[in-house]
Amino acid sequence: MSALAVLDDVQQEVRLLDVAGGGAERLETHVARLGRRPAGGSWFLDELSRSGLCGRGGAGFPAARKWAAVSANSLGDAVVVVNASEGEPWSAKDRTLLSLRPHLVLDGAAVAAETLGAREIVVYLGAPFRTARYALRDALRERRRAGVDPCAVRIVRAPHAYVAGEESALVRRVDGGPARPRAVPPRPFEWGVGGRPTLVQNTETLAHVALIARYGAAWFRSMGTETSPGTALLTVGGAVAQPGVVEVALRTTVAEVAERCGGVTAPVQAVLLGGYFGTWIPAPDARDLRLDADSLRAAGGASLGCGVVALLPATGCGLVETARIVDYLAGESAGQCGPCVHGLAAIAGALWRLARGEQGCAEDVALLERWTSMIRGRGGCRHPDGAVRHVLSALQCFAADVERHVQRGACEGVHRDSMLPPVPAPARRRP
Amino acid sequence: MNQRVRVDIIRCDGHGYCAEILPERIRLDDWGFPMVDETPLTRDLLALARRAVNACPLLALRIDSTEAR
Repeated sequence: MSALAVLDDVQQEVRLLDVAGGGAERLETHVARLGRRPAGGSWFLDELSRSGLCGRGGAGFPAARKWAAVSANSLGDAVVVVNASEGEPWSAKDRTLLSLRPHLVLDGAAVAAETLGAREIVVYLGAPFRTARYALRDALRERRRAGVDPCAVRIVRAPHAYVAGEESALVRRVDGGPARPRAVPPRPFEWGVGGRPTLVQNTETLAHVALIARYGAAWFRSMGTETSPGTALLTVGGAVAQPGVVEVALRTTVAEVAERCGGVTAPVQAVLLGGYFGTWIPAPDARDLRLDADSLRAAGGASLGCGVVALLPATGCGLVETARIVDYLAGESAGQCGPCVHGLAAIAGALWRLARGEQGCAEDVALLERWTSMIRGRGGCRHPDGAVRHVLSALQCFAADVERHVQRGACEGVHRDSMLPPVPAPARRRP
Repeated sequence: MNQRVRVDIIRCDGHGYCAEILPERIRLDDWGFPMVDETPLTRDLLALARRAVNACPLLALRIDSTEAR
């Protein structure tokens, strides 16, 4: 297939990012293009289940099962939360979607509210996302005037911290507390905002809901695979000509994704899939890897996570990149659990010594093995588990570099531009 | 019914009494925080487990009668 044919083929995959002009879509345009939103109700639980839609926030949990759990607990007093905290530094898809098509996302939330018997919708929006906030504010004004929402909608600012988007941390923040995870159970679907059953759903997921409500499950399944139907938004970064947010069907290969972003700008050595809680995959294995859940799971237990795809050029050093990212994640610990606070800090320290090829870093390789297995599964939330997954995949993907750093010290890549997006400095803050 | 020791790791500050009282089920990690073995408590361990629960200054330890996670 020629490059052009690929492009032609994938152009039709655009559903969420099918936008007319620049700026946020107005309600009038939105309704003129898609028609009115059908009312939610119990019928939609079945439709959602048939669609096979899975959450796009990172965990990939089947949306219908989450909705059923909230529905079973709701006495007409549920809460629907649009999770637009997007604390993942290399992800931009949710704020982009909200900036361009706020009504699509809000339609999804309205369908959820009607289906689950909710009396409030909350948009939990990352504090720095100004464009999205203005788009949302305008959209809400239009919607109030037109009377298209079944209940009140309010915006709550999310602190820009990695764990702020975790479900229980979100609930605490919306209730006026700190954005730090609490002990679960009870999970938000039974005891959420104000003690009411709460649906916490990622922004992109709700946009898919708005389209499934209009066009049906069969239409949704016409893209993607049997077990990973539909399209997904990706944030692509690193060694590509045009980094940014793209929409692809969930069977697209990594090479096709790179083509969509103008092609690679350097030979690639590895790809980080799924963001900071994701998995490093060597370029030869990644190239023809399809981005559906089954294919990814078969490739060393990877997943699409929040949709971040980052291409590391051959000139970079995977160990330095990993040390940077894990150092950041250590600083983003909510500071509540000993294994996370101390374990991640220790792991980040060992990674830096290894990345710099310091004397005696062979010992650090053994310590990394010990500490990753020591802290896994022991946090109040999954923060340490996500970091551990990243570290283990890096040690495997960059095994040859580990050997070289141990034998001969740091490689040249330490001083070269990685071409990856910048990793925020570790904050050591408490959200 | 099976009974297991569980720790609320968010509450825990790593005082470590539990590991001294119930080493059969609780060891400390490299930073002094408990690693709990959630296999059901045998009869002879139950009294020790209760003592460990009572010894925790932060009430972070409990005995659960629910199923395994």
